[in-house]
Amino acid sequence: MTLRLPDLSLVLLIGPSGSGKSTFARKHFKPTEVVSSDVCRGMVSDDENDQTVTPRAFDLVYFILRQRLALGRFTVVDATNLNPEDRARLVAIAREFHVLPAALVFKIDESICHERNARRADRDFGPQVLKRQFGQLRRGVKHLKKEGFRHVAWFRSPEEVDAVEGIVREPLWNNRTGESGPFDIIGDVHGCYEELRTLIAQLGYTVADHVVAHPAGRRLVFVGDLVDRGPDSPNVLRLAMASVKAGSAICVPGNHDAKFLRWLNGKKVQPTHGLAETIAQLEADPLDRRDLAEFLDGLVSHYVFDGGKLVVAHAGLKEEMQGRGSGKVREFCLYGDTTGERDEYGLPERLDWARDYRGKALVVYGHTPFAEPRWLNHTVNIDTGCCFGGGLTALRYPELETVTVPALRTYSEPVRLLLSDTAADAQLEHDRLLDLDDLLGKRQIHTSLRPSVTVREENVLAAVEVMSRFAVDPRWLIYLPPTMSPCGTSAQEGWLERPEEAFDYFRQQGVNAVVCEEKHMGSRAVAVVCRDPAVAVTRFGLRQERRGVIYTRTGRPFFSDSATEAALLDRLAAALEKAGLWDELATDWLCLDAELMPWSVKARDLLQTQYAAVAAAGSAHAAAVGSVLECALQAGHLEAEARALLEPMLGRASSRSTMLERYRSAYRHYCWDVVGIDDLKLAPFHFVAGEGGSFLHRDHPWHMDMAARLQGADPVLFPATRWREVDLGNADSVAEAIAWWEEMTAAGGEGMVVKPREFIARGPRGIVQPAVKCRGREYLRIIYGPEYDAPENLVRLKQRGLGHKRSMAEREFVLGVEALDRFTARRPLREVHECVLAVLAMESEPVDPRL
Amino acid sequence: MFLSLTNRTPDATDLGHLLHKHPARCHEVDLAFGKGVVFYPKATAEECTAVLTVEVDPVGLVRSEGARNGGWALGQYVNDRPYAASSFLSVAISRAFGTALNGRCTKRPELVDRPMDLEVKLPVVQAPEGMLEKLFQPLGYQVASRRLPLEPAFPAWGESRYHELTLRATVPLHLLLKHLFVLIPALDRDKHYWVGREEIDKLLAKGEGWLSAHPEREWIVRRYLKYQKRLTREALERLAPEPDEEDEEVESTGTEPEVEKKISLHEIRLDLVAECIAACHPQSVIDLGCGEGKLVSRLLRQTKIPVIHGMDVSSRALEIADERLEKIPAARREGRVKLFTGSLIYRDSRLRGHDVAALVEVIEHLDPDRLESLEEVVFAAAAPGKVFVTTPNREYNVLFEGMKPGALRHGDHRFEWTRAEFREWASRVAADHGYTVGFEPLGEEHAEHGAPSQMAVFERV
Repeated sequence: MTLRLPDLSLVLLIGPSGSGKSTFARKHFKPTEVVSSDVCRGMVSDDENDQTVTPRAFDLVYFILRQRLALGRFTVVDATNLNPEDRARLVAIAREFHVLPAALVFKIDESICHERNARRADRDFGPQVLKRQFGQLRRGVKHLKKEGFRHVAWFRSPEEVDAVEGIVREPLWNNRTGESGPFDIIGDVHGCYEELRTLIAQLGYTVADHVVAHPAGRRLVFVGDLVDRGPDSPNVLRLAMASVKAGSAICVPGNHDAKFLRWLNGKKVQPTHGLAETIAQLEADPLDRRDLAEFLDGLVSHYVFDGGKLVVAHAGLKEEMQGRGSGKVREFCLYGDTTGERDEYGLPERLDWARDYRGKALVVYGHTPFAEPRWLNHTVNIDTGCCFGGGLTALRYPELETVTVPALRTYSEPVRLLLSDTAADAQLEHDRLLDLDDLLGKRQIHTSLRPSVTVREENVLAAVEVMSRFAVDPRWLIYLPPTMSPCGTSAQEGWLERPEEAFDYFRQQGVNAVVCEEKHMGSRAVAVVCRDPAVAVTRFGLRQERRGVIYTRTGRPFFSDSATEAALLDRLAAALEKAGLWDELATDWLCLDAELMPWSVKARDLLQTQYAAVAAAGSAHAAAVGSVLECALQAGHLEAEARALLEPMLGRASSRSTMLERYRSAYRHYCWDVVGIDDLKLAPFHFVAGEGGSFLHRDHPWHMDMAARLQGADPVLFPATRWREVDLGNADSVAEAIAWWEEMTAAGGEGMVVKPREFIARGPRGIVQPAVKCRGREYLRIIYGPEYDAPENLVRLKQRGLGHKRSMAEREFVLGVEALDRFTARRPLREVHECVLAVLAMESEPVDPRL
Repeated sequence: MFLSLTNRTPDATDLGHLLHKHPARCHEVDLAFGKGVVFYPKATAEECTAVLTVEVDPVGLVRSEGARNGGWALGQYVNDRPYAASSFLSVAISRAFGTALNGRCTKRPELVDRPMDLEVKLPVVQAPEGMLEKLFQPLGYQVASRRLPLEPAFPAWGESRYHELTLRATVPLHLLLKHLFVLIPALDRDKHYWVGREEIDKLLAKGEGWLSAHPEREWIVRRYLKYQKRLTREALERLAPEPDEEDEEVESTGTEPEVEKKISLHEIRLDLVAECIAACHPQSVIDLGCGEGKLVSRLLRQTKIPVIHGMDVSSRALEIADERLEKIPAARREGRVKLFTGSLIYRDSRLRGHDVAALVEVIEHLDPDRLESLEEVVFAAAAPGKVFVTTPNREYNVLFEGMKPGALRHGDHRFEWTRAEFREWASRVAADHGYTVGFEPLGEEHAEHGAPSQMAVFERV
């Protein structure tokens, strides 16, 4: 004999001590599926039979049950479960998680139990205990169905117990995770048969004998509310019933369908909200009532499709109810989240459950009509109010496109207007404000390039502080660039960084095709620019129109003066227009990663207080030291030994002066006075993203070509970026690149950045560094100090570890790509912000800032 | 670093005896942060100059223990520490000229207290405007100083903060060295080592006989002790005991504008807000942007409000707030108070359910275009029954001493509003979110410019 149990159930084993429950459990269930009160007694007290710890042991039982049921795991409670109040608690827990309670009752002869207990040394409780248990068994298990157990099985002898050969776990009816479509999900039809026929014809279906068929094997899924209000409910029902029967359609019930069923079953219902029309239509165009009732009664509250990625329910469904079975689940599916109150129109007040929805599955539903399909937090409401004169909408899955046919006329006057929600986009409206509850705590961010990136809780807090106090509005902040590691330390004497090591790195990663790009020395700037300032409202969800924003690599506004920012963005937008890039890239906004020059525009304060200050102090100091040394050496009073000590000091003082002068000219190179906007230079090196998606999947020559087109359009604002492709397998190509770098840096250039030709490259150990910088000898004075290349300094500076920096660069890169992918996929802003916040959080990790 | 000392007293080379360094030789001193060298560029009977140079190891500095332990000033390779006179130089003075500094000279004891015609040259000293004169003139020095140019290629960048300094006076050498020992680190902004209680002893020993009478002694002590209030107070008490009533032991993160301190504006403001909150007898209060917990602590001490929460964006400020609250008896605070890190630009369920919310000097720390989020978070999402919002009154700024026209009271203020601007904003917010609003001045009112601070009281309709 095999026993059938729902796959998602909480199974209570009921029976006195010694009735064979644990033996049965061992035979038929996984050890981890069984939660035993004895084991829990043992866990809390070291003694499985200590009855005095029973309350604590059960606290543990309940705790484990809650964890398992929350995850939707089949679970068995191995305890006597003879007391109705104890069972009631377990049933309540099952219901809390919308899991079906089941009971297996072991009503074995008392003498057998007694004998079994007597054989066990650890069961030394007296006969009165067993007697009491049997008393409970006789009295208390008669009404299990009433107690809420849908599945009950009885064993009346050890033979019956042994006769069970296996237990079949039956998936819930709502579980169709194995079916992945393709589907065309149809919104509330409400008897609008003509519009339905037009819509499904547009979708490519044919209808024969009321049965729909699609040449590509697509199937219809109705979100319910087939009847009421509209002109032809009977034909809608015919089509749905026949197609469901034929397997070319799937249907979940709506609240109107449920009410109609009650009417069919002879229940007293008010013929309001369009039911009267359905009744009248059926009188004129009759259908077999039993067929109808059978069809409607057989509808399953909701379905979970495609490995859990798609859920269809009439009024939507919270994450914790998906794929579960309980009265509450069914009620939610039919009526949604209601307060129990009525609104100003006398309609049940509905809570917008989708606002709080954070589940992974896309929930497709209807029930509340909106003027447009309403996308919000991985849900979409496709009830566009056809019967009210709106339209009938289908969602194509997995394409996620909607197709709407307009209503032929208004069949029913809506009590309230179709909710137009906001300026068309519920998600943007919802994302006006982010919720800290979604962002705090230790984060595991799942990305397309790396299974997960972990962010520490305290770093998240630090990032929230920076974000709150200094950053631009999160709605603009769709990307933060990753940090960049320098190349490995040069083996050559007198050099800290050289191209050889950068090339070695990529060769070791198996990447031979690289690009070398001139590294401009200014300040990092990310620009989000809109073709039309209205895009700030329609795409980014801001309240006011704006051309865009320019922010720093930590998300702060680049300019304190908004007029300069606006002027620069206008120039940028105009150049993109002139170069024809808006149309070519088919986007009305772009995100660019760039260097903005001169350095002194952003770093003026730093230059004044640190860079120039050090030069000023250093040269005055060197002059003073030099002059007294000269004076001392010219005077005649010094002993030879003293002179021998002072002479090299004079040499050092003069070489220090030289280094300070070189240091000064190094930073001067990156400074000039800015009077007007024409003095600014913007050198974009990555065209990060546009409406169609992130461009980080295109190779660097493409990005450089885009930059060159911009430069062509406005050569004053956009300087040329020198770059070249290098084949690391070709010695000449490498030698040329090295010479190129030497020449560039000798002329005062900062250096170059070496990148894999493909933007995203994988090596033997995951993602390859997206870029490695190789800085020039003179430039490094700004980083490591004016005297860094004195031999005694350089030897120590060469000891530097790049591991942490590279790991950070990789994680930040992965997060940046993810942020853009999410933004361009129009995912909720919190999911974009999560990545951006994580990049900022990484930046609060302590790492040598000079790398 | 560099210091030169010239003696023009007849028998000038006596300087060598006093410094315990022979003028014909070159003397090396090992220091933790580099190497000091003493030599004499000139040594005649009329004029004798000793020079102390210190070659600081710039790489060692960055990689030192002190830098790793958070001394940011040392954590930079591009650093003026090798050049500017600083606490490093004081250490070098005490190591190279220890005996002279302590007023000992075994061979020629009579020289120790003899005033000599001495001249000091420091080529690179940082100093706030006018401070060199204020520090050295009262001690009898002729002061000659010249600001060093910052960057000749970019005159628009202004002047540097460094001066070339020459001092001349007729004083005993040990006293001159003591003056330098104390005043150089006070002039410089950063001390290279951790300042603890033993620094007070050092300061008082070197300042004996002159510091207590110095008109700038408070400034000197405060700067020497790196602005550590507790140490400063203790040192000043030991210098000149006087009763001190202020009980302010917690270090500050510095969100309170300096200019306001003179009129204790922040205290007045907090007292008044606490009073107003207490007067509405709420069951629960939340201080949004509670900073170091001054309002929360007042409410705990002065009211019986059962639930008092504090939220701030800065974890550091909350640590200080925690310390402050620790001082309140456990029975008065336990179960009543909770502090947490949060933000006013993100919706946060923890902000809901309070009768009263206070935003004391908070809004002006947000960029104007972020206020929209704050409004939503506070008035729409958290929606307390009453909201008290205070902010500076910009009109009053003209009355603050030393404030430049158009300047703001604090570096982190993103704006300061006139009374009319504040009213306009508050009235609009109240109308948008279903509140009524009234206004009150905070602090003593000026006939024309109003009170230094202003408060809006919102009440949900």
